[in-house]
Amino acid sequence: MRSICFYFQVHQPFRLRTYRFFDIGMQHDYFDDFQNQYIAKRIANKCYLPMNQLLLDLIHEYGSAFKVSFSISGTALDQFEQYVPEVIESFRKLADTGCVEFMAETYSHSLSSLKSKDEFFKQVRQQNERLEQLIGYKPKTFRNTELIYSDYIGQMVYEMGFKTMLTEGAKQILGWKSPNYLYCNGQEPRLKLLLKNFRLSDDIAFRFSQTSWPEWPLTTEKYVDWLNAIPQEEEMVNLFMDYETFGEHQWPETGIFEFMKALPARVFSHSNFSFNTPSEIAENCQPVSAIHVPSPISWADEERDLTAWLGNELQDDAFDSLYNLEWKVNQCDHWELQRDWKYLQTSDHFYYMCTKWFSDGDVHKYFNPYGSPYDAFINYMNILSDFIMRVDNHLAWKAENVVPEKAKVEEVAVTEVKKVVVKKTAAAPKETVKKAVVAKKKK
Amino acid sequence: MRVLMFGWEFPPHITGGLGTACFGLTKGLMKHGVQVIFVVPKAFGDESQEAVRLVNASDVTIDIADEIYREYWKNITYMEIGSNLIPYVGPEDFERISNENILENSTLEQSVFSKKFTFTGKYGHDLMKEVSRYALVASTIAASQEFDVIHAHDWLTYPAGIAAKNISGKPLVVHVHATEFDRSGVNVNQNVYDIERKGMEAADRVITVSNLTRNIVIEKYGIPEEKVITVHNAVEPTQSKTQDFPTGVIKEKVVSFLGRITFQKGPDYFVEAAYKVHCKDPNVRFVMAGEGDMLNRMIKRVAQLRMGSKFHFTGFLKGENVDRLFALSDVYVMPSVSEPFGISPLEAMRSNVPVVISKQSGVSEVLNHAIKVDFWDIDAMADAIYGLLHYPALSKMFIRYGKDEVDNMIWENSAFIIKEVYQSVIK
Repeated sequence: MRSICFYFQVHQPFRLRTYRFFDIGMQHDYFDDFQNQYIAKRIANKCYLPMNQLLLDLIHEYGSAFKVSFSISGTALDQFEQYVPEVIESFRKLADTGCVEFMAETYSHSLSSLKSKDEFFKQVRQQNERLEQLIGYKPKTFRNTELIYSDYIGQMVYEMGFKTMLTEGAKQILGWKSPNYLYCNGQEPRLKLLLKNFRLSDDIAFRFSQTSWPEWPLTTEKYVDWLNAIPQEEEMVNLFMDYETFGEHQWPETGIFEFMKALPARVFSHSNFSFNTPSEIAENCQPVSAIHVPSPISWADEERDLTAWLGNELQDDAFDSLYNLEWKVNQCDHWELQRDWKYLQTSDHFYYMCTKWFSDGDVHKYFNPYGSPYDAFINYMNILSDFIMRVDNHLAWKAENVVPEKAKVEEVAVTEVKKVVVKKTAAAPKETVKKAVVAKKKK
Repeated sequence: MRVLMFGWEFPPHITGGLGTACFGLTKGLMKHGVQVIFVVPKAFGDESQEAVRLVNASDVTIDIADEIYREYWKNITYMEIGSNLIPYVGPEDFERISNENILENSTLEQSVFSKKFTFTGKYGHDLMKEVSRYALVASTIAASQEFDVIHAHDWLTYPAGIAAKNISGKPLVVHVHATEFDRSGVNVNQNVYDIERKGMEAADRVITVSNLTRNIVIEKYGIPEEKVITVHNAVEPTQSKTQDFPTGVIKEKVVSFLGRITFQKGPDYFVEAAYKVHCKDPNVRFVMAGEGDMLNRMIKRVAQLRMGSKFHFTGFLKGENVDRLFALSDVYVMPSVSEPFGISPLEAMRSNVPVVISKQSGVSEVLNHAIKVDFWDIDAMADAIYGLLHYPALSKMFIRYGKDEVDNMIWENSAFIIKEVYQSVIK
């Protein structure tokens, strides 16, 4: 039996509101609540809810023969919880069938894997907790933001305890090799890799409704013929795509829902493929080869690299300014600061600053709420400036009001020598800490 | 005494200093008992009417069939297309202008022209067309209003001024706030230059906003020295108090730039100087307010220098937001490459902000309590900014004396000289 592996990416960023220079130091609400709510509700009604129902029906119809997998970013989960809780309920129903695998990723769909191991680990942990809390699922497979992957990222992922990871079957790493096999990390052979078959994935995700495409209209008969045309020895077809493909990027009028509804029947009757989840495939198959990826790849644009998010002056300045804050933010125990820190890391903010779409990529324009990358940069930097000020203010307040851990430790060390003095001084700082905590609660 | 004044903009609808200057000037003239009929292309309805009667040029009905207007229409077309080469203007615009040229000869389409012209009131693609139409409308107004002298501000209104003079026979004063050489550097638009020169030649007196501009008018436009008089601009006393704005939320010092982000204003020198200061003292924020064709390049440069979180862009500011920016500022910089006058440093000083200005600005002729540097000398500029930020004695002195200096530069004084100019031409 050969495997079809469907994986859908579910992500929504917290879009930023128009934030002027004059707001710096005055306003600390960065997010466009109206817009975020509006979009979350719209996409829930157009895509998440109907498509979840469709998948649920298929699973019920074919028993455990039909399987799919998802990754849901923490920001998307937060938005569902706030704006459309019924979406969470419907994902939970899918999880209960046992035919759906949910994958781990970073909480805010961030680029932290490129910059900071600590932050990367922290965000993955937070995301796992959130997923377990809301959907009731403990993920075993990892999928990084926008399928970003390199040898080093793979090693980190393995270190976190994941044995399987998804990435792009990019031409520059595969060369003549086929993406339709299981591979493993070049440095850490115990980390298995599933590679996206971008041609067959994009046939559904991008080309499905393109009337200028010679193969249009795409039918299940045609699609299954293509699947059958894959050499028999090749073990799997990994179809990875944005979940919003169904109903949002491809409107219902294009017939995308009908296509998905009819696909399993055709696969079962006319091919030797079965549907499997990534972790099943990783268990059933053996890696055929290691794959070496010295510099990061992703599933974005023609280049399949990072240039959609990083590389131009605007993006690099914003990105570095943000991550320069990491050690400071780690010392803040203020939940709003922690939340904003996470949301500001979302990769979409850097995507909006991309200047590539001046020449190519309607895709970029489609997803961009800003008139130009310059507007996106100005807005983001204004917000970041305010955030930096808040972090500094908080740390200054903390330095005055809370005795830092280090000082306590030192004090304890001193006390070991002068034991008599100890009891009095050691008691004092504890009290001030308590007072500070009380003061904070009052605030 | 009544003055028929032609402008292009009036507060609150302004794109630059011209509208502000016109407003201050008309108020100053009122104090000296001069009445002003101010004509703008498009009155929005919310302009300040306290000093002037505002005539909306869009509301004036034109009957092109009238011989006089037809005569004038010919003149406009002539000015509009002095030659077949129209720099700046793309093929579409050229075709449009050419088509109008044909209209001039058609007598059959009289009805088309007997209507109210609607002006956009914004600098734009149809500028030449609007300038011409404005002049056409001006002649109607000139025929229907009572006045003693005509006063036209900048080249956009010179054709209107000339038209009004021809109709009424009253003396014309043109006011040069900027010349084509200031706006475009060496790439002078010949059409604009021609209109400017015709206006100055037709005028009985030419008022320039600085000696810098006066020299340009004499040397580059060949206007006789005795006809050209410098009247420096002034500044309106501040209306909103700085205390209205909560300051102190931004702990860093703030250095600001306000103006069109174009070659003429030298924004690139500000960015480079800012970087030098930033390297020495990262606890300084820079603000660039305004829009223009160099904006994107400036944003890119700031990002490249990795000071995006300390260097902010606000877009175009007006009214209260300008005061708010000054209230936040510790130093104001005007690094203009070429600035006929430059009213913004006065506004900054009025709000107790010490200023660094370029020697290549007209305002440097009248200011003592400002640091003056060459626009290209970014080291001196950075040095001046750093000094004002870090040596309190220096900034305190500039604030104290600067405020006094500016408080004495009131429009009433400038208007007094202008009234004398009027009297010298009214016979």
